[in-house]
Amino acid sequence: MKADSTGILTVEELKEIGRYPSEERMKQGPIAIAECTQNIPCNPCETSCPFHAITIGERITSLPVVDPAKCVGCATCVTACSGQAIFIVDKSFSEEVGTVSFPYEYLVKFKKDDIVKCANRAGEYVCDGKVKRVVLTAKADHCYVVTLEVPISMVDEVRSVYRTWED
Amino acid sequence: MKEYEMIVIGGGAAGLSAAIEAKRHGVNVLLIDSNDKAGGQLVKQTHKFFGAKMHRAGTRGFNICKELLKESEDLGVEVLLNGLVMGIYDGDTVAVDVKVSLTEHKLMMLKAKNIVISTGASENAVRFEGWTLPGVMGAGAAQTMVNYRHVLPGKKMLMIGSGNVGLIVSYQLMQAGVEIKGIVEALPKITGWQVHASKLTREGIHIYTGYTIKKAHGTDRVTGATIAKVNPDWSLVSGSEIEVDCDFICIGAGLKPLTGLAHMAGCELIYDKALGGWAPAHNYNMETTKKGIYVAGDATGLEEASTAIEEGTIAGAAIAEATGHLSAAEAEERKAGAWRRLADLRDGFHGEERLAAKNKQLAEYDRLMGVRE
Amino acid sequence: MRVTEHPIFEDLDTTEYVNITVDGKPVKAVKGEMILAALLAEGIIINRYTTKRHEPRGLFCAIGQCTDCMMVVNGMPNVRTCITPVEEGMTVETQNGLGEWRTEG
Repeated sequence: MKADSTGILTVEELKEIGRYPSEERMKQGPIAIAECTQNIPCNPCETSCPFHAITIGERITSLPVVDPAKCVGCATCVTACSGQAIFIVDKSFSEEVGTVSFPYEYLVKFKKDDIVKCANRAGEYVCDGKVKRVVLTAKADHCYVVTLEVPISMVDEVRSVYRTWED
Repeated sequence: MKEYEMIVIGGGAAGLSAAIEAKRHGVNVLLIDSNDKAGGQLVKQTHKFFGAKMHRAGTRGFNICKELLKESEDLGVEVLLNGLVMGIYDGDTVAVDVKVSLTEHKLMMLKAKNIVISTGASENAVRFEGWTLPGVMGAGAAQTMVNYRHVLPGKKMLMIGSGNVGLIVSYQLMQAGVEIKGIVEALPKITGWQVHASKLTREGIHIYTGYTIKKAHGTDRVTGATIAKVNPDWSLVSGSEIEVDCDFICIGAGLKPLTGLAHMAGCELIYDKALGGWAPAHNYNMETTKKGIYVAGDATGLEEASTAIEEGTIAGAAIAEATGHLSAAEAEERKAGAWRRLADLRDGFHGEERLAAKNKQLAEYDRLMGVRE
Repeated sequence: MRVTEHPIFEDLDTTEYVNITVDGKPVKAVKGEMILAALLAEGIIINRYTTKRHEPRGLFCAIGQCTDCMMVVNGMPNVRTCITPVEEGMTVETQNGLGEWRTEG
């Protein structure tokens, strides 16, 4: 896939390999997306899930499979994933906005309700978003889960806060 | 001459694990490390490790280091720090240069019928115009300075190499506040894990696949770099140059096993690119072709800290068996468990090459020993 | 530059310092840190000049393997500064070539 030479995954590629939830499911409420495309010997997403919604199986190099019926989007796996490759998306709020949650292991320079610039998988500024939650649990060991409210069309695109190097 | 049942050379992931496993079963073991603290390169690994629960997955490397050090301390493993092993003589005598102070060193000769060489690896260099300038350094060196010594080598960094070291170190430098100006990779594909690359790209970092460094600028320190596209025959594409504004350059061009002691002791080495170069052949017990000399971790082929831990455990259990502290059946249970955990870590498409190389290493041992018998 | 704020490390506050001299200039170093770290914190990145071509060298491996960071410490040349801790009153000098011994010992 193209990401092999760029590092940048696309929704199309993720859909192609069956790693993206259906539009209907995203409209019903939050769900985890594991943007993990290689056979990494690793399974903390599976073992950390309190709802047994992620399956890797006996061979820890298998790709994670998220059960859309069991996943509640609690984000436990987001910080458990050593590759920081799991995101929570939610398109259930309205026709206009949705949320994206992602792991964030940097100094946090924003707070709840701030308007921040949002970045896509290539780190490009794609839209503004509102910080809905910044959560740090002891179990997450210094990895925050940041939730941004973004235009519904950008839920599939936004994956981090846009980085400017000046600060 | 002081004698032990077992001496471990190198207190990183592999060596600590070997000492812990052996001591747990009652082996009289000495662990020697050339640094002022044990822990090897785990001390600077801030990322959460892959694997399953039994491999301590999800725990940051430097915390795994603390766990291993505590286990070793609780068991009462004897540790000799600031001890540089200069050679292994007659297969059972270890010469150590112990640094007492800046000006005072003492020479110690120690004996053990079982020796584990777990000396790790050293970083490969890449040569280009300006590569000796202050500001050009190993990726691991920058990681040491930032995560262990807590100082920055510069403000703006260019990384050479997109393997896991290049990707992880770029990420960790960014966490400490360094601006990452790009990653160049001469091959057409990123060689490290996609997830590591993706967490950089979403922060806006560009990975230049098919590019290499042409030149580091500066007269007494790095003031910038020129990168350029690589032709299939490794020549540079003229006119493809890009100027990079950076004040330091990291080389993440892989590592090679530190095999000096094993070579000197007469252990047979085999060459495999997937192992990072020359590495000692060994058997199921991690014992080399020289009886009583064992290897574990990167010193026996480049892998990961998690595999080093398992190899150390195998060597430790095998030595506990050889010294009569474990029955053959008990030792086999310990060794088989570690081999199973190793198999998990070497499974799948991306582990294939490494697994094949490791299997060849075992087969080479059989061949070499068979020829001798 | 020192790393004073970090998302993962919490205990980066240093309170204990020692005084060393680098090429005649006083430098405040964190107690117990490696000489090379104290220099980098001050932005000093040249440790020595090579024997034949007088080229500058600095940090390369950071773990005592490569010898690029060797300096003259307390009058003793060829000290690998990346693995040698600072001590109160230590004198550190940029090394030229193989350096000269200016100490007994």
